[in-house]
Amino acid sequence: MRLEILFFVAPALLVFLFFVVWPIIKAVQFSVYRWKGYGPLVDFVGLKNYASVLQNEVFTDAFMHNITIVVFSILIQLPLGLAIALLLNRKMWGQSALRTIIFVPYVLAEVIAGVVWFQLLQPQYGVIDTILSAIGLHGPEEGWLGTPDVALYTVIAVLTWKYLGLAVILFLAGLQGVPEELYEAASIDGATWWQVQRKITIPLLGPTIRTWAFLSMIGSLQLFDMVWILTGGGPANSTTTMATFLITEGTKRSNYGIASAASVILFVVALVMALLYQYFVLRRDSQDAPRNKRAKR
Amino acid sequence: MSAGMMTDAVAAPKRQATHTRRIKRHGGGSPLIYLIALVVVGFTVGPVLYGVLGGFRTNAQLADKPAALPSPWVLSNYTGVLTNPSFWHYAVNSTVIALLTTTIVVVFGMMAAYPLARYKFRGREPLFLVFVLGLLFPATVAIIPLFILITKDLNMGNTWWGVALPQAAFALPMTVVILRPFLMALPNELEEAALLDGASRIGFFWRILVPLSGPGMVTVGVLAFVGSWNAYLLPLLLLQDDMKTLPLGVADFSSEHASDTAGVFAFTTLAMIPALVFFLALQKRIVNGLQGAVKG
Repeated sequence: MRLEILFFVAPALLVFLFFVVWPIIKAVQFSVYRWKGYGPLVDFVGLKNYASVLQNEVFTDAFMHNITIVVFSILIQLPLGLAIALLLNRKMWGQSALRTIIFVPYVLAEVIAGVVWFQLLQPQYGVIDTILSAIGLHGPEEGWLGTPDVALYTVIAVLTWKYLGLAVILFLAGLQGVPEELYEAASIDGATWWQVQRKITIPLLGPTIRTWAFLSMIGSLQLFDMVWILTGGGPANSTTTMATFLITEGTKRSNYGIASAASVILFVVALVMALLYQYFVLRRDSQDAPRNKRAKR
Repeated sequence: MSAGMMTDAVAAPKRQATHTRRIKRHGGGSPLIYLIALVVVGFTVGPVLYGVLGGFRTNAQLADKPAALPSPWVLSNYTGVLTNPSFWHYAVNSTVIALLTTTIVVVFGMMAAYPLARYKFRGREPLFLVFVLGLLFPATVAIIPLFILITKDLNMGNTWWGVALPQAAFALPMTVVILRPFLMALPNELEEAALLDGASRIGFFWRILVPLSGPGMVTVGVLAFVGSWNAYLLPLLLLQDDMKTLPLGVADFSSEHASDTAGVFAFTTLAMIPALVFFLALQKRIVNGLQGAVKG
């Protein structure tokens, strides 16, 4: 039986150890050396790489951009997604088609969505600016993606387009868990539609919302593809994220030590935020009824 | 985006789909609701549709009236892409890498999930925990050493396997986490009957468990396939020239032909079709996969 277990588990475990665990251990190792990618690891520098990353304004700005994206993603997508989900969660014509359509941006590659939006957002001749000028408005001179003060918010807007469908679909799924009897009881008691949503639906949707926010947060912290395509981190580093920073350091400057230190910091940031979130927010779910636990996966 | 995100996104929504119809909701379909639905649909598919239609226009049309329908419709952008050998190189690479990734994920994932679900042995939970912890590590964290491991140590830079293996490795934790409860839910009687009839555990796995797990395998398979098809960062570091995948090709085309807006639209449209078709075609199977698992 031992052999059988080994036979079944070994392939997955080996691939996993070799391509996930080993590189992560190496990342930690690289992060304490100054290393340009060739020759042996000899130039041990201790925590200097970490210090230099943390003192690098580009990185601290990138960190703040990640945090901004985390906060705005949740602040925009939560109310919007909730409103759309509540509106769609009723008998209506074309409902299943609607749900499929809403999910389309999420299924597209970030790169493809990014390239399309890049064209739409071109200054002057892009369709967004054209529509704006048709109604007498005009976008920023150097374009939505070319103006440092605006670029990050433009990226956030495109991310909203890409990921709002995910929020809607998850919330709709959560709404299915609300027992029908509650709605019947409420309507017998003469509650209005809005009262029902506010007092019954939204509170019962709590676990779904908290799980979604968690996923959204982790995704925002690792953001790379969309930024790389839309702005490459520019203009003037106004849209760098921790991930674009570490890729630039690693592949363009061959500062593998610095890049690895940045990747470890990225991981620690994500882990700490995940644990804090788990502790302060998700913990409430596990104390709730067992039903809610299930929604939490 | 990480594999974890992908899974939850696709998994949860499907689960509810079949319940929807029989549940009565407050209020009916007032015109306002349809209006809002229309706005949402416009916002969602507008950019995609604009890209698809833009591919049928000329750059002159696009510059002249950015917000208009094609007139006349031109096919040259699409035929231009379709007769571009690079496009087909990228498409083949994307397909092969996605298929390799999917195969590794499904085969190894099923094999690993089986003892973790149905054998009782010491160290089972710790072993499972190893995979669960894997969910915490995004590929971004390991990307630099991975790049060095693949290109320098294994000499697999610029190869299909060099991308497929690490991609599969990072998709395995989620796969095992999805498949284990799936396999656990299959009734014990099946196993007892098979063993009574003289089947070995391995025979039970191949002849009974695998055929019954079709829906679960489709679920994790679709997730792995779409994740690989859309992947950017790892291929970006590992693949060059004719080995590139479609996302890399799209990005290149867009930066090299930035002023050829119509051409870029045609290229992106053709590149997005396979993932969309694949996802839409298998939508039902994903639903069944996730629901069927629990019911056995």
